[in-house]
This record gives sequence, C-alpha cells and structure tokens, in this order.
Amino acid sequence: MILVVLPAHLRALAGVRGDVELQVDGQVTRRSILDALEAQYPMLCGTIRDHVAGERRPFLRFFACGEDVTHEPADAPLPKEIASGAEPFYIIGAIAGG
Amino acid sequence: MSNVRVLVGTRKGAFILTSDGKREKWDVSGPHFAGWEIYHLKGSSADPNRIYASQTSGWFGQIIQRSDDGGRTWFQPGTPAGEPTTTPDGMPKGESNKFVYDTSAETGKPLTTHQFYDGTPHPWEFKRVWHLEPSLDDPETVYGGVEDAALFRSTNGGQTWQELSGLRGHGTGSLWQPGAGGMCLHSILLDPEHRERIFVAISAAGAFRSDDAGAKWKPINRGLHSQYIPNPTAEVGHCVHHITMHPSHSNVLFMQKHWDVMRSNDAGDSWHEISGNLPTDFGFVIDVHAHEPETIYVVPIKSDSEHYPPDGKLRVYRSRTGGNDWEPLTNGLPQSNCYVNVLRDAMATDSLDSCGVYFGTTGGQVYASADGGDTWAPIVRDLPPVLSVEVQTLT
Repeated sequence: MILVVLPAHLRALAGVRGDVELQVDGQVTRRSILDALEAQYPMLCGTIRDHVAGERRPFLRFFACGEDVTHEPADAPLPKEIASGAEPFYIIGAIAGG
Repeated sequence: MSNVRVLVGTRKGAFILTSDGKREKWDVSGPHFAGWEIYHLKGSSADPNRIYASQTSGWFGQIIQRSDDGGRTWFQPGTPAGEPTTTPDGMPKGESNKFVYDTSAETGKPLTTHQFYDGTPHPWEFKRVWHLEPSLDDPETVYGGVEDAALFRSTNGGQTWQELSGLRGHGTGSLWQPGAGGMCLHSILLDPEHRERIFVAISAAGAFRSDDAGAKWKPINRGLHSQYIPNPTAEVGHCVHHITMHPSHSNVLFMQKHWDVMRSNDAGDSWHEISGNLPTDFGFVIDVHAHEPETIYVVPIKSDSEHYPPDGKLRVYRSRTGGNDWEPLTNGLPQSNCYVNVLRDAMATDSLDSCGVYFGTTGGQVYASADGGDTWAPIVRDLPPVLSVEVQTLT
C-alpha cells in the first residue's frame, strides 16, 4: 500500500485521520498516486490538481524521501520506498501567515 | 412563533446564528468548514432547510457545500458521503466543484480574454464562487456568481454547473476589467414579478440584465458616472459594489457603486444618484427594508483607500424616502475608534413584522437591529472577518 500525507484541510475534507493508504496498480508515479487518491476520495478532485487543466495548484508541492519532486515529470517513477509504503508521499501546502 | 437564522460567511469558516422572533438571545454554531474562506451561504426560499455554501481556498480551490437540514450537516452535492465514487455511467464525483467556462460555438460566442489591470488581454481563469443565489421556487436550482466574472447555474442541487454564457458573450466581455478585489460577479437578483428577469453586477464591469432567464444579456449602466475610468459614462467599466431591490417593486433597483449611491426606476435602463446628504457615498453594502420598499440602508465608508467609517464612527444610514434624505443610525453601534469595513454581501434583512437588519464587519462583529435600524446590538463580537451575511425567517 502507498502512504500519502495530506494537508490538514484536505484530511478534513476527505474525512480521514492520519495518513491515507492507497492501492496503486502498475508503476507508482505522482500521476498514478493522485489518480488513485482522487478515485478513493473524489471530494478531493480539483483541490490538488485543477479540474480543467489538471495542473498542480500553485501553493502545493510534492515530496518523496526528503526530495522535492514537484517539478519532476508526472509519470516519472517514484523511489521504491514510496512504492513499498516504507516512506509516505507528502502533499504539502505553502506556509501562510506572519 | 417565527425564528431567525443568520448565515455568516467569514475568512475562516461559516457560522450560523439562530434566535426566536424576539431576536434577543442567540445560539451560535460553528465554525463550519473551519479554516476555509466562506464567501457566501444562502438558503432556499422554497425549502429553508436547503442551504448552499461556497467554501474556497487559495491553496485548494473551490468547494460547493450543501445542507438539507438547516445547516446541521453538510455534504458536497456531487459526492454524497458513503456513496460510490463514480456515477453508474462512470462520471467521477467531485463534479459539484467544477466550474468550466463555456467555450462552445453552439451556446454562445466563445470568449478567451478580458482586460487585465493594465489593459492587456487576459484569459478567463476560474478562481472562486462569490455568491450563490437559490431559485425562488425550486430548491434544486441555484445560480453561482464567480470570479473571473461569469454566471453559472445548477439545476440538480449543486451537483453540476453550467455557464449561462450569453452574459460573457453578449459583446462587452472583452472590455471588462477586474476591480481591486478581482473580477467578480457578486450580485444576483432574481425578479419575483418577472420570472424570466435576472439582474447581475460585476466589479468592475457594471450591471447587466437578462429578460429571458439568462440566455441573452445587456449592460444596464446608463446614468452611472465614474471619474476613475477614461470615459466616465462608458457602457461598461463601472465598479458596482452591490445592487438590491424590494421584491414587490422589482423595477426599482438600488446600487452602491464604488463612489455614489444610485437608483433606477426602470429596471436598470437608467440610473440617477441618490447619495444626498450622506457623509461619504463610498461603501459596499446596500439593502432594502422587508416591508417598506422606499426604506433603504447603506454603511458609508470613508474612501476607496481608507476602508473604514468616517471619523471612526460606525453608522448605518437609513433613507425612508428611497434615497437623498438619509439619517444616521448609531444607537448601539461604536461611535469612536471604530475602523472596520462592511463588505458588499455582509448586510441582510429578515421579514418579521418588525423588520430586522443585520450586518457583519471585517472586525468580526455581527450587529442586529430588531426594529428596522433604530437600535443595534452585537450578536457576536469576535468572529473572523465577515465576508457575507444572509438571513432566513423561519415560520
């Protein structure tokens, strides 16, 4: 199972506590993780990727194994630790405030 | 006995304030959708337990929420809790949050750009829903005014949305420009006397009217005079902050423009100024008494660069003559050191025999008057900045 860490607001929207567990068939990439996430939690459609263009929302970034993979190709394979569930895939919102 | 439900949208969630008809003791619930901007909530007059809410975020985009039990529980209408994640025909849920501009050749004149602040062409980009206006007689039908300015409609309880593209496509859309708050469609008036007629207002484009239920539109800005645009009497380009009307006199419209309080006696075909003796005619809100079509309310704000009341005194001004002659209403409102603003959708009235008037401030206060504005008291004092106030009178 893939582990995904969501921003707090998206956890509330999806009605989950803690990390999200996802079954991802085939190669584990950013796109396949987000596809599986939206399929399992359809209320998140449009909140991470724009509804129409499918583009990442500007204030969100993606991290895997301590690396920023935000600007890597969406179909690039993610590290095996993500694919095995040993490490979570992080979706992080920009810090706001003072 | 009647009850009153006040729906308050704030920068950090929604709050629901309820009272009996005396409007002295209030119960407060919330925050609903804590931490999210709630630009607007509004209940259906056909089914008061049906409430629509616009939940939005600079991070996560637009969410439409709906309650069928008067605000106790909420759900995204395209994604009911516990149901399959796709429709039988495979459509993914989450559609209720999807606002897609109509660019088809069949239903209008596809528009790709409006003007940006500097006058250069800029593509239409959906940002958020500013205002939700439920149909007068069908709880399943609701209109959404959005940024960048366009009008959407749902006929299935908010599950899916379609643009009424005749508004953007009628001919002036490419000339519209954003105001400082964005290019938002913030006012939607459904005419109870002429069921095919809809009024909308856009900042900073102006007011528009449809006489055929939203298919075709025309600007209705004749008589507006805006010093801050190259042609002060242009057909479009006016920064209209809010429009309102009394449901029994729907040919009469009232407008709070950036500067100037205006009135139309002919459904917007022409306007004339009614600022009269106001201390300043800048402001955002304007509303009408529930039973007196010529009694109107505004909250004067010092200027477009000083968004607070003149002299630090929070005063509602009431005209009982449809404008021009205004009286300050101060009893119960702070009369020193008050520097809050009252945003465009943050005033409403109830329809009890003694009309209640309500408004919310950027300082988090929601003030109520149970006597048409003669006396005021805060229902709550310390909410997040208030974006919108709507009232339901429940019998």
